[in-house]
Amino acid sequence: MSLDKSEIQNIALLARLTIDEDDIASHCKELADIIDLIEKMNSVDTASIEPLAHPLDLFSRLRTDNVTEKNERENFQANATETKDGYYLVPKVIE
Amino acid sequence: MHQSTLAELSSALESKKISSEELIRGYIERCKKHNVSLNCFITITEDEAIKKAKIADKNRARGNHTLLTGVPVAQKDIFCTNGVKTTCGSKMLSNFIAPYDATLVKKMNENGFVMLGKTNMDEFAMGSSNETSFFGPAKNPWNNDNVPGGSSGGSASAVAARLCPAATGTDTGGSIRQPASFCGITGLKPTYGRVSRYGMIAFASSLDQGGPMAQTAEDVALIMNVIAGYDGNDSTSANNKIEDYTKNLNDSIKGLKIGLPQQYFDKNLNNDVANLVENGIKELEKLGAKFIDVDLPHTELSIPAYYVVAPAECSSNLSRYDGIRFGHRCNEPKDLKDLYCRSRQEGFGKEVKRRIMIGTYVLSAGYYDAYYLKAQKVRQIIRNDFKEVFDKVDLLAGPTTTGTAFRLNEKLNDPISMYLSDIYTVSANLAGLPAISIPSGFINELPVGMQLIGNHFQESLIINVAHQYQKATDWHKKIPKKYE
Repeated sequence: MSLDKSEIQNIALLARLTIDEDDIASHCKELADIIDLIEKMNSVDTASIEPLAHPLDLFSRLRTDNVTEKNERENFQANATETKDGYYLVPKVIE
Repeated sequence: MHQSTLAELSSALESKKISSEELIRGYIERCKKHNVSLNCFITITEDEAIKKAKIADKNRARGNHTLLTGVPVAQKDIFCTNGVKTTCGSKMLSNFIAPYDATLVKKMNENGFVMLGKTNMDEFAMGSSNETSFFGPAKNPWNNDNVPGGSSGGSASAVAARLCPAATGTDTGGSIRQPASFCGITGLKPTYGRVSRYGMIAFASSLDQGGPMAQTAEDVALIMNVIAGYDGNDSTSANNKIEDYTKNLNDSIKGLKIGLPQQYFDKNLNNDVANLVENGIKELEKLGAKFIDVDLPHTELSIPAYYVVAPAECSSNLSRYDGIRFGHRCNEPKDLKDLYCRSRQEGFGKEVKRRIMIGTYVLSAGYYDAYYLKAQKVRQIIRNDFKEVFDKVDLLAGPTTTGTAFRLNEKLNDPISMYLSDIYTVSANLAGLPAISIPSGFINELPVGMQLIGNHFQESLIINVAHQYQKATDWHKKIPKKYE
């Protein structure tokens, strides 16, 4: 397995990470090694196997439609770096 | 007093031999003194602990208390603790003050546990050595040049050095059992869904499970009695009846059938570890257990499947760190994308970024079937292997790890070798099974753990076997000289 520079940059973009130009080569190698490890799965035939998403036989539960959360905006926003008038601030999105 | 177990501290408080305040002050002093060499705490909550101890004493005097009111505990820094810094071992959350308590923390607080502090861990629980922590590695009390294991390395180190009688951990691929083994303590990963994940910072949601780390199986049972149970705030929380985990502790294990998975005694296993585990097996045989060889033929595939499922879920879970609502935010972003990318680049460490990248890759268009779906099918095969085996035996026994605690920096730059070292632990996570690691001897003054794996919701049984083993042996009583 090998990955080239543009593939690494595309993965980083999808993951919203910036990668230093100097680190690209080592990322290519590390990821390729890990994918080689992962591909050992191909040694077993799984054609007739159902995928297992979850270890227990769980089902989704619904609760009654009551208000259970109280408004804690100020408490929660205390962890944000930039807020104003109860809003979170981000760089301008629309010109 | 610091050498006592939770059960012993509970009786000392009950008989008024000591007050909670005296106890907590003593432990806090030990934590402050030894954290310098061990780095096992990220935060020591001295003032809050003393305040809580005084309340515990008042509640005991009024007769308004539980068995454990006033005993100390340390919480892994992955659990949200209201008003207390909760970092998850990351720069990303280095200033995050949790606005609420995790369910596990809430239950322990309500039962009178007094938190001494928050323990060090691999960043976002991704690591097997505690070396990926933004706050530097915790050290192994048996030899400060060795890792304590990970990701719950700080908790294991703190309990082994008796800076706290017990602590909490989380286990996604072995993160409770492997550090318990490396530090010579007892650590239980419960059945998936048995302990609420609410307020436990997510890594891989279908694998993560919180649990106790303590000196003895009896203490593990006492903690399970507090933290186990259904939680409406966790949609994957199991609604099965809660047991009294102390009830079966003293049952005889005579006639129990214990399986030895042949794949756990393979070429990866260090010979000395194999000998110690075999001694452990003989000990259990003396107590009347019967052993038979069993097969888990797809064990080798557990690591590849795990390194698809865990990174995939991690890449999705960690997308919440956007630099906006909480967590690290970069300076002067030029636009929204720059804000996301740079905040994440600066806030996450190398291993976390590596796993986000793998997860993003295996979930990306065109690769989903080849990797993620394939891994889920392999996961089914691994669970089926266990299903078949549990038709024949009551539980399984084997080593927890391939060797003893490795040296700091030994595997840090070789992720593959670090990943492969979890070969005996990840299967239990993929299959959702409970498993416990118990101290079973030493090699060159470094502890070795034996692992017992049970069927779903059979915690009581494996704790019972562990307790009977600990009544017949004293490996769990050994304390590193420097911290006696």
